[in-house]
Amino acid sequence: MNAYLGVDVGSVSTNFVLMDEQGKLLDSLYIRTKGQPIQAIQAGLKALEKQVPPSLNVLGAGATGSARQLTGVIIGADIVKNEITAHAVAAMHCVPDVQTVLEIGGQDSKLIIIRDGVVVDFAMNTVCSAGTGSFLDHQAARLGIPIEEFGKLALQSKQPVRIAGRCSVFAESDMVHKQQMGHKTPDIIAGLCDALVRNYLNNVGKGKSIAAPLVFQGGVAANQGIRHAFEKELGVPVIIPEDFGVMGALGMAILAKENRAQGKKTSFRGFGASELRFATRSFECNGCPNQCEIVEIRQDETVLARWGDRCHKWQNTTRGEAAS
Amino acid sequence: MKITFPHMGTSWIGFKTLIEGIGHEVVLPPPPTKRTLDLGTKYAPEFACLPFKVLLGTYLEAIELGADTIISSGGVGPCRAGYYTQLQKRILQEQLGHDVRVITFEPLNRNWVGTYRIFRDLIRVNLREFIGLLWLTWQKLLALDAIERESHRVRPLEVNTGSTSRVVSKAFADIDKADSVKKVKDVTRDNLEKMNSLPQDAHRHPLKVGVIGEIYVVLEPFVNLDVVETLGHMGVYVHRSIFLTDWTIENTVLDAFRVEGEMNIKKAARPYLPEMIGGHGQNSIGETILYAKKGYDGVVQLAPFTCIPEIVAKSIIPKVSRDYNLPVLTLMLDEQTGKAGISTRLEAFVDLLAMRRVRLGGEIA
Repeated sequence: MNAYLGVDVGSVSTNFVLMDEQGKLLDSLYIRTKGQPIQAIQAGLKALEKQVPPSLNVLGAGATGSARQLTGVIIGADIVKNEITAHAVAAMHCVPDVQTVLEIGGQDSKLIIIRDGVVVDFAMNTVCSAGTGSFLDHQAARLGIPIEEFGKLALQSKQPVRIAGRCSVFAESDMVHKQQMGHKTPDIIAGLCDALVRNYLNNVGKGKSIAAPLVFQGGVAANQGIRHAFEKELGVPVIIPEDFGVMGALGMAILAKENRAQGKKTSFRGFGASELRFATRSFECNGCPNQCEIVEIRQDETVLARWGDRCHKWQNTTRGEAAS
Repeated sequence: MKITFPHMGTSWIGFKTLIEGIGHEVVLPPPPTKRTLDLGTKYAPEFACLPFKVLLGTYLEAIELGADTIISSGGVGPCRAGYYTQLQKRILQEQLGHDVRVITFEPLNRNWVGTYRIFRDLIRVNLREFIGLLWLTWQKLLALDAIERESHRVRPLEVNTGSTSRVVSKAFADIDKADSVKKVKDVTRDNLEKMNSLPQDAHRHPLKVGVIGEIYVVLEPFVNLDVVETLGHMGVYVHRSIFLTDWTIENTVLDAFRVEGEMNIKKAARPYLPEMIGGHGQNSIGETILYAKKGYDGVVQLAPFTCIPEIVAKSIIPKVSRDYNLPVLTLMLDEQTGKAGISTRLEAFVDLLAMRRVRLGGEIA
């Protein structure tokens, strides 16, 4: 059987998707990055190898996420793309007439505006990470509620309290204050969801024309409280795709398939890449006053790639060269 | 006197020639680095904008290198940057106790007498020599801008990534060394030829993007995280809205004769923003409209975090963008801004522009 692999290595999670020729999801995998992208990628490849039939033939691979460049080298990706494009592609795959994509992940949130199948505008959170997955995780842990139950509790609320959502630090102290005043936990959680959605729409959504059909994806889409708050605030139904948690990876599998359709052979290393020994090191280039920090990726003694140089002199001279 | 001045793109090459020529030692402002910004951030008010912090850091580094005099410029207000030098002076002299002289050039027609006094005090050569030096400085600034302009055209076409940037560095070094107008012209011509003869792919039709925003962040690559070069390496033709020599003619020379510069830009902006709001706020609106009329694929707005004129422009731009059907990406730059975040946004923006051009029936490669 033929398949395409998409990998999304973000700050919090590393996601894998295998998709068949018809665009159907064969398998997906979600693991924590824990600040070790190479280990996470290799662990994921190993786990996937165990799950798939040995006859599976990977015809193309794509990488995205904040570690997309590194991931591209480790797995031998045919295509490396930014998260916004990957998420937009996946959303259009699941809901072809989608006009707005809300994406909230571990540490960032995005808004993508699509018209007639083309991305026409987008925004990402800039200085503030309030309302992203890590913050919700932290608050759930503080209240002693499993993150899976967190959103459901919000739905029980009849009278959400008002929480200051401008900043995660203020939101937290405001929540503590509301607890001490004696408000019920579901009301506080529902209030937090409302506040975070308001913050998202004011920050990321400022000046953007949000229209239905509207898709909500990323890890936080699992939170029913946030979903409900979006519907309340925007007054339109929010569609959550079945594979909301791995949409970035799905987008890359789709792009890898399109890339293959142009007749290009894959450079995917195979699941065996989990056994290879990769190492990174960094050094400062003293070629000019810019003093760029160069990162070098090696497999055993072979330099696979270097980057970080403004002038591209290191980038241009890498593939296959022996390390000195 | 050991004189230093703000680091803004390549202009130091011109200013160095002028200040050395009139008989002073130059302490070159080091190109801003992470350390410059850390120093500036440490002593600046928290909500001052990015240029304030970088400049303060630059002055502190130059003082470490022995500078005893700082030359900077004022402004035509309402943007608060016009008062920044005054505040920086107080921080340096009163708060940190540095024995340093700060000289501020205010716009000519607002301060003829003051400007004359500064010149009388500084210039150690006769008038003829001084005019010659001004001419040489001006020729160097023109040459630097010509090199940069051409690099924006060639970079997206280059076959070997980075080859254009290498010629550019060489050209800057040559112009710095040149000691006569003739030499400046010779090395500029040679380097332009060299740039043009680099292997290029003539079949590409690069996306065209205009870069607008506040002058300091547009001109200083360290502060804008190399937006222009990064876009060039992504295969995009960049038109930078601001070049120092154009700006000088429009805002200093014309202003001295009480003629308002950049009239076409201001006229274009008027239906959306009829007021001069300081800085480059009105220009950012006007330039976006002009880029739309010239058929550009998109615009990138560069704004220092907390820059009021650019914040005003940012909130008007969505309307301009809809009316003229031109995508605009705003990048707010501050000390927290990481290169990774900027690259992700730029890559996504370039993808968007490419898809849009194909949809509109155009081609790229």
